[in-house]
Amino acid sequence: MKRIILSMVSIILFSGALLADGYQVGDKAKDFKLINIDGEYVSMADYKDAKGFIVIFTCNHCPYAKLYEDRIIGLDQKFKAKGYPVIAINPNDSVKQPEDSYSNMIARANDKGFTFPYLLDADQSIAKTYGATRTPHVFLLQKDGKKYVVKYIGAIDDNAKIPDEVEEKWVEEAIASVREGNDPDPNFTKAIGCSIKWAE
Amino acid sequence: MKLFPKYIFLSILFLLFINVYGQEIKVYDQFSDFEPLLQKSNDTTYVVNFWATWCKPCVKELPEFQALNKKFKDQKFKMILVSLDFKNQVETKVKDFIREREIQAEVVLLADSKQHLWIDKVNPEWSGSIPVTLIYNDNFNFFKEGSMIFEELNELITNNIKK
Repeated sequence: MKRIILSMVSIILFSGALLADGYQVGDKAKDFKLINIDGEYVSMADYKDAKGFIVIFTCNHCPYAKLYEDRIIGLDQKFKAKGYPVIAINPNDSVKQPEDSYSNMIARANDKGFTFPYLLDADQSIAKTYGATRTPHVFLLQKDGKKYVVKYIGAIDDNAKIPDEVEEKWVEEAIASVREGNDPDPNFTKAIGCSIKWAE
Repeated sequence: MKLFPKYIFLSILFLLFINVYGQEIKVYDQFSDFEPLLQKSNDTTYVVNFWATWCKPCVKELPEFQALNKKFKDQKFKMILVSLDFKNQVETKVKDFIREREIQAEVVLLADSKQHLWIDKVNPEWSGSIPVTLIYNDNFNFFKEGSMIFEELNELITNNIKK
């Protein structure tokens, strides 16, 4: 009887985990194969030497995404060599938000000189699986063998509008913690952003 | 002196125009000054919508809120549209938008840049995307992250507004 109750409890807990929206810190993140602005497909598995990834759901149109473009380039330049490259993913439906179309992604990346892949999540399944809700939305992943463990979810820093007044560089601090083998603190932050434009 | 009456006449016209569609927008630099708007305790039902002129779904749903405001504004009802636009665009972009859209509900602007410190205070369920809508009175609380339509709003207000 005890065993039956236990298994029932675990089924309930397990189905709860399945129903939960997206990843939480500690979860294993799914790899993806998405088209980049250069027409090639990119997966995390392609990066043999990476220690982890700064996966950022972002887009062209959103003013908050724009505010962070230079800082995202800065993150990639600072951490790619240390084994934590940026992978940017645009999750928006281009029917709802034409500015976020694939051709506009290419134009934007060229204008800004993106140093990292800028991928299109055309069916929005990666954004859904990860639980991204807004742009920009960061998921810091740490490679553990062939797994990708979520270490931090949230904003890049604590001041979108005024870079000079940033007091806490959460992503940078999280990477520093992870590199030292520690868990980031905080490992989850919130910020205002544009809602992801889901297809209808 | 001859110009004087004409000047007054034009001023009155101008003020009338301003009063109808060109409201002053109060800017809150600190969330703590804004927070009382979410905690009023009286017999009024409050609808608080967080939006911005740059937010497409927000702009799309605004007519639904305008229709709601028109229907209930003379009852124990108060709508506050909280713009998260950039502070330096209040006098231009936001005011122009309000005039063009003939928005009559009160508009305020929340400019506190330490968003991570106040998002949870608005509602712990809020991830940070907009639009977001709160409806509350003494014995009712509603929160939704995402767009709303008139029918949904109308039902919530009709069922909870105090007579």
